[in-house]
This record gives sequence, structure tokens and C-alpha cells, in this order.
Amino acid sequence: MNFYRINAWRRLACALLLVVAGVTLAANWLAPAGYARQYREAAGAPPSHEHWLGTDDIGRDRFARVLYGTRISLLLAPAAALVSTFMAALIGGLAGYLGGAWARSAMAVTDLFLSLPWLFLLITVRAMMPLNVSPMVSVLVTFLMLGLLGWTAAARVLCTSAGSLRNSDFVRQARASGIHGARLFWIHVLPNLKPVLYAQFWISIPAFILSEANLGILGLGVAEPLPSWGSLLKELEGLVSVGEEPWKFVPLVLLVLVVTSFQLVLSQQDEVAA
Amino acid sequence: MNTIYTGKVSRAGIFSTTYQKAVAIAFLCLGLLACVASAQSGGELRFCLRSEPKTFDPLKVEDDASGAIRYLTGGVLLRMNRQTQALEPELAQSWKVSKDGRQITFKLRSGLSFSDGTPFSADDVAYTVQQLMDPALHSPTGDAFRSGPGNTETKVISPTQIAITFPAPLAGLDRQFDQVAILSAHSAKKEMAVLGPFMVADYRPGASVQLKRNPNYWKNDAQGRKMPYLDSIRLDIQSNRDVEMLRFKRGEIDLINAIDSEYFDKLAATSPQLVRDAGPSLDSEQMWFNQVAKSPLPAYKKTWFRSAAFRRAISEAINKQDLSRVVFRGHAQPAVGPVSPANKFWFNANLKPEAYSPDAALSKLQAEGFRLENGSLKDASGNAVVFSIITNAGNKYRERMATMIQDDLQKIGVHVNVVTLDFPSLIERMTQTFDYEAILLGLTNVGLDPNEQMNVWLSSSENHQWNPQEKTPETAWEAEIDKLMRAQAASAEPRKRKESFDRVQEIVFEQAPFIYLVNKNALSAVAASVQGANPVILMPQTYWNVEWLTVK
Repeated sequence: MNFYRINAWRRLACALLLVVAGVTLAANWLAPAGYARQYREAAGAPPSHEHWLGTDDIGRDRFARVLYGTRISLLLAPAAALVSTFMAALIGGLAGYLGGAWARSAMAVTDLFLSLPWLFLLITVRAMMPLNVSPMVSVLVTFLMLGLLGWTAAARVLCTSAGSLRNSDFVRQARASGIHGARLFWIHVLPNLKPVLYAQFWISIPAFILSEANLGILGLGVAEPLPSWGSLLKELEGLVSVGEEPWKFVPLVLLVLVVTSFQLVLSQQDEVAA
Repeated sequence: MNTIYTGKVSRAGIFSTTYQKAVAIAFLCLGLLACVASAQSGGELRFCLRSEPKTFDPLKVEDDASGAIRYLTGGVLLRMNRQTQALEPELAQSWKVSKDGRQITFKLRSGLSFSDGTPFSADDVAYTVQQLMDPALHSPTGDAFRSGPGNTETKVISPTQIAITFPAPLAGLDRQFDQVAILSAHSAKKEMAVLGPFMVADYRPGASVQLKRNPNYWKNDAQGRKMPYLDSIRLDIQSNRDVEMLRFKRGEIDLINAIDSEYFDKLAATSPQLVRDAGPSLDSEQMWFNQVAKSPLPAYKKTWFRSAAFRRAISEAINKQDLSRVVFRGHAQPAVGPVSPANKFWFNANLKPEAYSPDAALSKLQAEGFRLENGSLKDASGNAVVFSIITNAGNKYRERMATMIQDDLQKIGVHVNVVTLDFPSLIERMTQTFDYEAILLGLTNVGLDPNEQMNVWLSSSENHQWNPQEKTPETAWEAEIDKLMRAQAASAEPRKRKESFDRVQEIVFEQAPFIYLVNKNALSAVAASVQGANPVILMPQTYWNVEWLTVK
């Protein structure tokens, strides 16, 4: 009974993610005015027939911005998660497989990265970037940076998992059969790391969505006029009460729903991994 | 009897009779009544400082929080009336500036004393000026008085008269004494002995500063009542503006000195009687292009940015009216130049804000060899006109302005990338590496006198932002501004100074080294319980007349 109920929640989460992804992919049809057009005569307007979620402070249609912002976050967070999982597999997985001094060196580097205050690191890297990049490039760079800096925790997990596989009976047996080096890693070790890799991938997605939102709130995320959840959440600054302009909470509600859905799907992946 | 003659009178002896007891009680009651009468009934004023005060020494003030405490506690010789912008006598009864603008003579009020009871005299003024001009103190207030090489001399003519002579003429010399709080030369309490309406009673770092009424304050009102009316002021240290706003709404603080237009409108919607819009302030928001010759920009971009026609065209293509109306919700005015219309004397009223006209802007650019191709503006060599505007991350008003400018310029085919950077990175690019194309920032003007802008307009200055520290002026118009700014600074005649500074404003308008966007209005919020408040545009907007305020 309990099993079925949990399964129903997961199905619901999957369905929600699919609906959100579908709707955001149809943004061009649902919000043809686009995310950048400024209706300056209707700046800060409440929801209306023309603007379903009202307009932001410079008159841009909030509904369009939510759709496009969600699309950006939903497309690029998994991409960043892919980059970070790949790097974690490369550094952590290989270090664990090779063991000894390799593992110790790799983990020392990982510890060093883990000890860095990532937010300040991101701000520093962002400040060093060239200025004249288009908003689309800026969004790609932001998520790439998140991916390149977010591999460390996953690398530790993978190093430990690969280390335990290295000493497992089936790897010893393969080694005794004459399989060594890269072939042993690709054929016997990596496939057994897959569940951990999946889990790390799914964990990273909501983490990167939230990281981008954090950067966006600081004004350091995706460049204007491109929307993202971070820049949309910035609108909540200065709201004195929840009831004041409740439609401004839509991006926040969407963020919570999507991150929660990812977590529910993730728990399913955990079971697969187990 | 013998006892009386020997003078050994015991306390029991004095109160030995019922009659004597009654007289003693009557005197005690009178004493208590006198104490009650001497306490003011003005109540306690509460508001927030947005940062920790860095110092209580009035000569070392360089931050707003310390400036607020200096204003409330410091006694000055002359005070600029924040409403009329006229100079009024305070500790000095009268003053006279010499014709050459080097010497000022003050006639002081007599019979005054500091908060700890130490008498006030010309010695204290001499001591304050010596401290102020001491190079070892590095007083930011003193910097304004450094007119040239040489020593500042003070001559105490009498306990109530003093002459101060500076090594070189100082334009607007008397007005600068508005910022100089007089220290006691003799008090053991040093800078904590004050001549202003209030004195520091308690300081809790990170939490609050409590001020109480200075019992020795010299002013009385027309009815002979001692001023200030308030008993005390509590200054809570609170950097978060949302919390400040919430506390105001809850009635925990009585005023917000400078409030954002967004909060202003929210408050106005529910309690219009609590908010005050005093009109355009001295603050401006502006953008400028990088004109530094050694900057790492491509040569063709340097050519654009060094062209006055290009800068004027960009200025014309920006809808400043919309910036005022949309970003600041109508609580700002399109700016015309380096002086706000709020500065009644120095503003050049002949200058009018440039009308928004993308067509005229495009014509100007076409006359310079630019052409519009498929919606993209290209220069004579075929380079697409693309540049970035940096502003400081977290400032939502500037981010919005930059986004609107991006949209406006798109209409003439100019592609703008908006970049928000953390402030230290922005400053590094602006002052060290010069690796930027355009910057959008604001300028907070505290003083009215053009001398306070010398560090911006002199081409050799570090704060000559579009091209700092030029060895010699790189353009004829910069050379002319240098000449005019020096001429006005050397003159003691207000009319001549005004002529020179009017011309500076005209040159800045014609050459547009800064593209002035808006002058923000001075917005404040004052609780209904505060009586006598009359917010103005000059700092401190809401409590400039603190002596007259009461809280019921």
C-alpha cells in the first residue's frame, strides 16, 4: 500500500516535470510577445487579460518571462549536471580505480576545491569573464561554470565507490583473467558505477537550479534581458507581505515544485542504485 | 546655644522641630518640581542608521552614519539652512570673509559651554582648526580647506573673536564651516564634549547609539524654552532596508530619512500622510564611455567613444523621461547636467534636458559615417556598434535603467550587453585596468558648492572618470573646463564664480562626457507622531531641523 502511494507521488512528479518542460518548450506559442518586450505604459501592472501574471517593473510580461526562464533553467541545469557528473566520474572514478597515491592526490585536490567558498569563486570567475558577450552566451557560461565547479562532492562519492569495486571479487577475477588498465575500467568498473553516477546526476540538477537562482538574486546570473528563475525571484525582494502581490510568487512556487519533483524522481533512482 | 556658636550643627539638630521638617519637605518638593520642569517633554525620536558609525570624532567623519551623529551632536560656527540654502549664524554671531578669500573672521557668542560644562571660547575654535588642518589626522573635512601649500594660521583676537587665514584663496570658504564641529581644547572628554543639541549617552556596537539632550545647549526658542525639544534620540543600526520599512510600519521607528521609490509608493498607497516627496535631490544617475587612451579597447571603439557626436547621439536615443517614470515611478526628473535643479544658486537654468529622439540620434550618427544595415548600426569601417554597460550588481534601479537603455538603443541598431558586476570588480575595471566600455553609476552630492566637484572636473584628477589623471588635458574642451574650474575656485566673488561654472555646465552638456540620466527625488517617511518635520532635499532630509522636532 505504502509502496503504491510512494510510486504515485513519483509518477506525479514525473508528470509534473514533463508538463512543465512541455509548456516551457511551447513558450513561443503561449507567449508570442516574448520575454524582452517592454510595455512601459503598463509597468508593474497586476494580472490582466493581456498579461496573465502581470508585468514586471519595466513592463515585461511576467508570464512570458516565467516560461522562458523555466525553459532556460530546465534545459541548462541538466546540462551543467552532465558536465559535473562527467568530471566527477573522470577524476573521482579514475582516482578510486587507480588507488594509492593517485587517489590520495585526487582527493587532496577535491578537498581543496570543497574548501573554497564556491559563491565567491563564482563571483570572481564571473568578474573575469569578457564583458561583451551576448545574453545567450552568458547563460551558457554561467551554467558551464556551475558544472565545472560543482563536481567535487560527487567525485568523493565516486572515488569511494570505485575504490571498493577495485578490491571486489569480480574485478580481481577479471584481473586474474588478464584484463587490465582501461579495458578493465570500461568493461567492469564503469558499468558498476552507473547507479551512483545517475544518482549524482539527479542530485546535481536541483542544486544547480538553486545555485543559478542564488547568483541571479545577487544580480550575477543570466544577463538581461534573458530571464531565469534567479532573476525572476529577485522580484520578491522588498515584498513586505505575502498577500501584497501574490502573483509574484509564481516563479518561487514553480521552483519549489520542480526541485521537489526532481528529489522525488531522485529517490527512485536511489532505489535503482541500491 | 553653645553648640550653635561652636558650629557643630548636627542633621538631627536641624530637623528637630516639626516646623523645620515641614519647611524641608516643602523645599524638597520644590526641588523635585524643578527637576521635572527642566526635563523636556519632546519625547524620543527613533530612526535607523544604515551602517555602524566609524567614528565619533567629528573631524574624521567620512561615512553617512558618523555624519548623522556629527550633525546631531556637533556645534558649528555657521549652519546652512537646509530649506533656504542660506548660511545662518550658530556659535558665531557674525563673520566676515576677506576680499582675497583667504581669511575669515568670526565673532563668537559668549557665555556658552560644552555638554560637560567646559566654557567655549575662541581658543576652542583655534584648537579645532589646528586639528582639522593637521596632516597627520587625515581629516576628510579638512581636505576641503586645503587651498594650497603652506600653513593655516589662527589668530585669537579676543575670547570671542578669531581670525583664520588660509595659505591660498578658498571659494565658498564660509559655507565649508557647516561641516566643522567645534572641539573643546580643554575638556578631558575630548570629542565627546559637544556644543550641539544632543550628546552621545550610550553606544552598543552593532545595535544602537543613544543620544540625549545636551543640558548646556545654548539655543532657546522665541518663548524662552530651552532647545532642543526632544529628550533623546535612539539610532538603531540596521542595514536592511526591508527591515527598516517593516519597523517603520510597526511603529518601532519614527522616520526613514531616504526611502526608495518602490517603498514610497507602497506606503503612499496605504498611508499617504506618512510619505514626503521633496522634489529633485542633488543625486544623479549617469553613464559614461571609456575614453582612456591606454585602455585595452579596440581602436575603432575608442574612436566612437571619443566622438562627442556619438555620445550626444546615444544620449538623445535614451528615453530619460521613461527612466524617471518607469524605474523611479515618477519620483525622479530627467537630468540635464552635473548640477541638479535642486541646487538653487549653481544650477544653469538655461540648460534643458535633451529631448528623446531616436530619429535625430540616428541622423547625427549617419552624419558621422555610421549606417543602419538590417537593423544593426555599423561604423564607416563596417564594425557593428556593440558595447557593454556595466553596473553594480544588486542595485535594482540601475539594472532596470541599463535594461531600458538596452531596449532604447536597439531602436537605432546599437546592441548593448548589460553586465552586472560586484562593486570591487567594477571599481577595479574603472580605476585600474580600464577594461570597460561604458559604466552606469550614480553620484551622491552632499554639498552645493562647485568646489566639491573639483575632483571630478579637473583633467588631472583621479575621479575624472571617463579619462582619469591626464598629464595635460587631452582635448580643448577639457582644458577649458580646467581653466574655468580653477578660475571659479580662485575667485571670492559669487557672480564671477557662477559665470565660470555656468560655462562648465554648458561644455559638459555639449560634450557629454557623462550622459546624465535622472535626478532622483528626495523621498522620506515620517510617522504622524513626529511634529515639526519638514523634509527637504538636502541631507539630512528629515531631521535637519531636529531642534524643533517633538514626538507625541
